[in-house]
Amino acid sequence: MSSSKGRFGVHGGQYIPETLMNAIIELENAYEHYKNDPDFNRELTQLLNEYAGRPSLLYYAEKLTRELGGAKIYLKREDLNHTGSHKINNVLGQALLAKKMGKTRLIAETGAGQHGVATATAAALLDMECVVFMGEEDTIRQALNVYRMRLLGAEVIPVKTGTATLKDAVSEAMREWTSRIDDTHYCLGSVMGPHPFPTIVRDFQAVISRESRAQILEKEGRLPDAVIACVGGGSNAIGSFYHFIPDEGVRLIGCEAAGRGIDTFETAATVNTGRIGIFHGMKSYFCQDEYGQIAPVYSISAGLDYPGVGPEHAYLHDIGRAEYVPVTDDEAVNAFEFLSRTEGIIPAIESAHAVAYAMKLAPTMDKDKIIIITVSGRGDKDCAAIARYRGEDIHE
Amino acid sequence: MSNIRSAFRNGKAFIPFITCGDPDLETTAKIVRAAAENGADLIELGIPFSDPTAEGPVIQGANLRALSGGVTTDKIFDLVAELRKDVKIPMVFMTYANVVFSYDAERFMARCCETGIGGVILPDLPFEEKDEFSAVARQYGIDLISLIAPTSADRIAMIAKEADGFIYVVSSLGVTGVRSEITTNIGDIVEVIRQSTDTPCAVGFGISEPEQAAKMASLSDGAIVGSAIIRIIEKYGRDAAPYVGEYVKRMKDAVRSVD
Repeated sequence: MSSSKGRFGVHGGQYIPETLMNAIIELENAYEHYKNDPDFNRELTQLLNEYAGRPSLLYYAEKLTRELGGAKIYLKREDLNHTGSHKINNVLGQALLAKKMGKTRLIAETGAGQHGVATATAAALLDMECVVFMGEEDTIRQALNVYRMRLLGAEVIPVKTGTATLKDAVSEAMREWTSRIDDTHYCLGSVMGPHPFPTIVRDFQAVISRESRAQILEKEGRLPDAVIACVGGGSNAIGSFYHFIPDEGVRLIGCEAAGRGIDTFETAATVNTGRIGIFHGMKSYFCQDEYGQIAPVYSISAGLDYPGVGPEHAYLHDIGRAEYVPVTDDEAVNAFEFLSRTEGIIPAIESAHAVAYAMKLAPTMDKDKIIIITVSGRGDKDCAAIARYRGEDIHE
Repeated sequence: MSNIRSAFRNGKAFIPFITCGDPDLETTAKIVRAAAENGADLIELGIPFSDPTAEGPVIQGANLRALSGGVTTDKIFDLVAELRKDVKIPMVFMTYANVVFSYDAERFMARCCETGIGGVILPDLPFEEKDEFSAVARQYGIDLISLIAPTSADRIAMIAKEADGFIYVVSSLGVTGVRSEITTNIGDIVEVIRQSTDTPCAVGFGISEPEQAAKMASLSDGAIVGSAIIRIIEKYGRDAAPYVGEYVKRMKDAVRSVD
């Protein structure tokens, strides 16, 4: 009798080669041990607070609120973390765990480069070797982050297979892990892949909503009406939602990258256009054809350009606890510019998808309602690409 | 129970792997017939997948060539039905879980049964997840082939006890592809397997030369070769069948010699 683990409803599981099973079991056992270990938690909290700059601010965006003329908007400022995004929360946790497990080498996939930069950073700090797999297409879109990773001492391997984007980087990192397990931890960057990754990454990212729930109660004396975050694999979104899941009055809204629109083939809106399948170690929703071939997805955002979504999001969708809405490239670019001008905050193009949906939702809500938008990362990395999108010939 | 075990009754087995539709299905049909005529005991037919995470660059390339040529699961079932008119040796599919899942597992297994496919190898379906397909596979008499890896260690007995058809022993860490040397102690793994089951074991991953095949067969019940055959197909394209036939003959002679 077999025993599938790590299920979120029908989603999740461990669909990986036998070669990796003992490594995955070792990781699960180590995590189960260390997650309740006071020393581990003390060390991790110290790293998060003293090194990454937590807690991150919950900022009342007064001008944005006024401009939109509806609900009161707060921004959860994950862009202010060290390395410029929420990715560091998970990476510090996994790198510390890997170190405790005796691993000396971290490998990672990256899309926009934010997870790769965070992993390279943690590896530098904790004296570990680091190799980052990045789609060749993304190494061009995000050239600055490639340089940052190399500066931090990591090796960046451009992945040329398939669509040469995030999904191919994940595939290549998995292949690398099957060839070198003893000294290597695969530092997966999102709430995806085989169990226990969706749970580990969620737990490390849950710090976002642990803080924001307490912060909003302190500032407003009540819970928000909606929490909005962008969703690729879904790590900042699950982190932003997690501690609000039991609070039924709080709408949880994940913003998917619709690319050129969900009625086109150039989209990455998995929940909106995909169907259930099995890929990259998990059962979840995927963009795929009728024979189960994974679709080449597209988004202006390299970080959301992924044909799947984490299994817990698939489950939250199934039970109706969270909503997943599509946001196009155009809408995201408008929001990128709008937030920059109104608040002086340049969001990552990924995070701009969440801002874009808030721009539609807030005006429909009363002024006594509250929205929290997670600004998952800073947008410096995107400036050149957005300028080019607007027809300005800027190169880094 | 399928007909797979009969593949291990002619001495040590030689098992070639062929990606269906690389470069096209007509060529695949010729290659399968050439392999069968030249002594292949069992044929692994690959149903291509867009993102074959267990494959090295050679088989990845075959998958992409086949898909860009427009091959589909339905066309592959039609090919098998056609081949079954004259090819009598056992055949199994090697593909990825999503190909079976999205076709609908029951419909997939029913068509395997109808066309004479004896088993299915899914490298992304470990022991813990085999319930995904095992009930429907059993219902249609299709063996879900178990894989055992160099890292399986304390999992070997558990996997072997429930193995059907044959056991695919993965020779090396990493993905498929030609290797100059196989360093895993295959003999030890097979010995542990033998304590739990009499299901035959064949070794794959990294084998290309007759000497390697003979050595692996001497430690088990057979040798599986994929990437080395795909390279021949890559080189000769639509004219590959006689070259694959010749290669299969050489490899079968090598594994036969260790009986």
